[in-house]
Amino acid sequence: MADLYQIEDLRLSLADMTAKPLFGAAPRLEILKGLSFTIPKGAVVGIVGGSGSGKSTLGRALVRLLEPSGGAIRFDGTDITHLPEPALRPLRRRMQMIFQDPMSSLNPRHRVGTIIAEPLRLHGFDAIPDRVARALDHVGLPQSFAARYPHELSGGQRQRVGIARAIALEPDFILADEIVSGLDVSSQAQVLNLLERLVAELGLTLAFISHDLSVIRRLCQRTIVLYRGEIVEDRPTADLFADPQAAYTRELLDAIPLPDPAQAWA
Amino acid sequence: MAEAKAIDGRSMVRRRAGLRLWLSAGWLGLLCIAALLAPWIAPKDPLAQDLFLGRMPPVWVMGAEPGYWLGTDSLGRDVLSRIIHGARIALMVALIAGTITCVIGATLGLLAGFLRGWVDLVISRLIDIWMAFPPVLFSILLIAVLGPGLWSIIIAIVVIDWTRFARVVRAEAMAQGAMDYVASARVAGRGRLGTMLREILPNVLPTIVVLLTLEMGIAVIVEAILSFVNLSISTDQPTWGGMISEGRASVHQAWWVLVFPLITLFLTVLSFSQLGEGLKDRFDPVLR
Amino acid sequence: MSFLRVNNLSVRLKKGPPLLRRVSLQVAAGDVHGLVGESGAGKSMIGKAVLGILPPSVEVTGGEIWLDGVDLLSLPLAERRRRIGATAALIPQDPLTALNPSHRIGPQITDRLVDILGWSRADANRRALELLAEVQIPDPDRVMRSYPHELSGGMRQRILIASAFAAEPKLIVADEPTTALDVTVQKQILKLIAGMQARHGTALLFVTHDLGVVSKVCQRLSVLYAGMVVEDTSVADFFAAPRHAYSAALLAATPKYTDPAAGLQPVPDAVIAQVRAEVVAFDRGAAHG
Repeated sequence: MADLYQIEDLRLSLADMTAKPLFGAAPRLEILKGLSFTIPKGAVVGIVGGSGSGKSTLGRALVRLLEPSGGAIRFDGTDITHLPEPALRPLRRRMQMIFQDPMSSLNPRHRVGTIIAEPLRLHGFDAIPDRVARALDHVGLPQSFAARYPHELSGGQRQRVGIARAIALEPDFILADEIVSGLDVSSQAQVLNLLERLVAELGLTLAFISHDLSVIRRLCQRTIVLYRGEIVEDRPTADLFADPQAAYTRELLDAIPLPDPAQAWA
Repeated sequence: MAEAKAIDGRSMVRRRAGLRLWLSAGWLGLLCIAALLAPWIAPKDPLAQDLFLGRMPPVWVMGAEPGYWLGTDSLGRDVLSRIIHGARIALMVALIAGTITCVIGATLGLLAGFLRGWVDLVISRLIDIWMAFPPVLFSILLIAVLGPGLWSIIIAIVVIDWTRFARVVRAEAMAQGAMDYVASARVAGRGRLGTMLREILPNVLPTIVVLLTLEMGIAVIVEAILSFVNLSISTDQPTWGGMISEGRASVHQAWWVLVFPLITLFLTVLSFSQLGEGLKDRFDPVLR
Repeated sequence: MSFLRVNNLSVRLKKGPPLLRRVSLQVAAGDVHGLVGESGAGKSMIGKAVLGILPPSVEVTGGEIWLDGVDLLSLPLAERRRRIGATAALIPQDPLTALNPSHRIGPQITDRLVDILGWSRADANRRALELLAEVQIPDPDRVMRSYPHELSGGMRQRILIASAFAAEPKLIVADEPTTALDVTVQKQILKLIAGMQARHGTALLFVTHDLGVVSKVCQRLSVLYAGMVVEDTSVADFFAAPRHAYSAALLAATPKYTDPAAGLQPVPDAVIAQVRAEVVAFDRGAAHG
């Protein structure tokens, strides 16, 4: 299978303003320290790690919300590592993102219909009302929701709007950044089921960032474990759960509280 | 859904229908009408002097002269008519100065807060330097140079107060710029200018509206202060500040000459600030 | 004997719908009682009511809160505050905002002991150092002199735990104390809370949305829906076989990584409809009787 993403020695550092001396430049803080991996077309890859692991930074670099400071990101053969914004724009339709906090990622002053339609308009789609209707349909929201504002929806419904906005553009790739971590367990399950179905129906390639291995196990065929900006493990999910190699992966697994009083917690 | 709301009551945040919005809008509306129709509705000529009728009290006080509802000043000019005519200057200054200040300040603030980088650096330094000038001295100096007159006052207000908008709007735009909906607009392929106008501006607008109405109130006060120190419009134009200044001299003999323009000024400034708060709630889809 | 006994507690939004519907529960001294439910179910509201820190938009419309043999709601406000301050404490959810950024750690732990409970400064300091050591903070002397921003989230949560135990309260309300933390840190903090609670014999009211966490630290739990207790049972019984359909659905929705086929099941609409109907029936009953 062809690779949609090829990442080679990806590095990203940000200025550490807290340690900036009075005069002179702030020291660089290395967030990603040379990551290499590929995402084949149609794959569902989980990216897991604790806070400070760099998983969200990696995600934002993949969709080029952040510009890497070294290495290369190739998207479907095109080197997008340092591509300037105007050159990036036509590619943006093909790489979409669903955000962690659906409240802050939906403009509170726009109605749901506008939120979904706006990106379509930007990319010159035709028959926009039909596409909006179909997107709402896909995520299981009634058409009447197009006229609502984000604050009128529940957390799970907002996240569905985020998904609808992403899939309406018929992208090749979707990055999902901690999209269920703010939701109640019941909505969590619904959103995951929905995403699972859409990936299969629409043939999407998905990178799913989470701190929660149990959620990753449910959805992803392959899992990349990040620890302090480095990949410590990158294997098929089933193998990783059966026999974790990296010490950090084992620690992560051990720390998950199973809903079972019999589980001993050493 | 109606049932859902009744059960958990999370969406019960609803505001009162905004009595203060209606009261303040009502007063300002009344004032606008008075200003527009001043020559027709003012009972007397605001400039007509009649020394025989000097310092007549308001009609409900003993010894009043019929027809002079709020009394007369020491030169026998009708207080009510002068207040009505004074509204013209007050409102003109408020609307023109407020709007220009708002447009300049908010634009600079929005650009600085959203674009960041060197744009922000330049605008922020400009604001810092600007704010180091003492405002009252600055405005008096400015009018001394420009000469008194309506436009001098307006320019003075704009020149001094644009920083108020720029600072607040910059901070607000920065906060909004960090939100994920801005990132998602970029993911959707929107350019910088488009993001600023479509995504940021609507969310900063309520703040701008509040500032604008506050600024209008401030403009009314500034005009009054400048009239009070005789730096405003020529003396043959009645202004509230000028009336207050003249009334001060005779407050022991004729309190009404001072008190009525003061009350008008107070109500107007209060109405402007309340109008802003009321409109902000209206604008906010979360509270509406 | 129950140290905390909540009887038919009802709370509502002022001039609005109910938030708690005749909630009853009992926590024995030395027990950990979990409060579980989805957001908006009112689980935090119970903890806030017990500690007398309900938001001003909310009012208690009925019921009793017996803390250490006294009904708090029957006491005058000042007396109620004093009793709560002397017997109960809170471990808050967000370690980032719960500490005042402009004060050093030391005074944030000791001030309450000195100002409210009348300890001497020296005693309070000694006590704080003891507790920081007990929550396994390395170099407590230095930490006492640090500002919150110099410490990690896990460290700050340890400090809040130390601070909650400082005055030897008999009841602690822990409001989602690990939600903001990484799983690996969460595990350490949960073990720490459980250990401290057992050593000090404190009754603990543990608010959480995570049934996995409940199974690790609690002996009993109440499952809430829309401010109504749908099930109040022992942890062992609950995880063996939840009685209410809604609790069973919640358990089925909780992820379980050891078994990819289990967990993460959406709560069926029929179950939601059932529990909603119960709430509506309850309200109708309350209105008529």
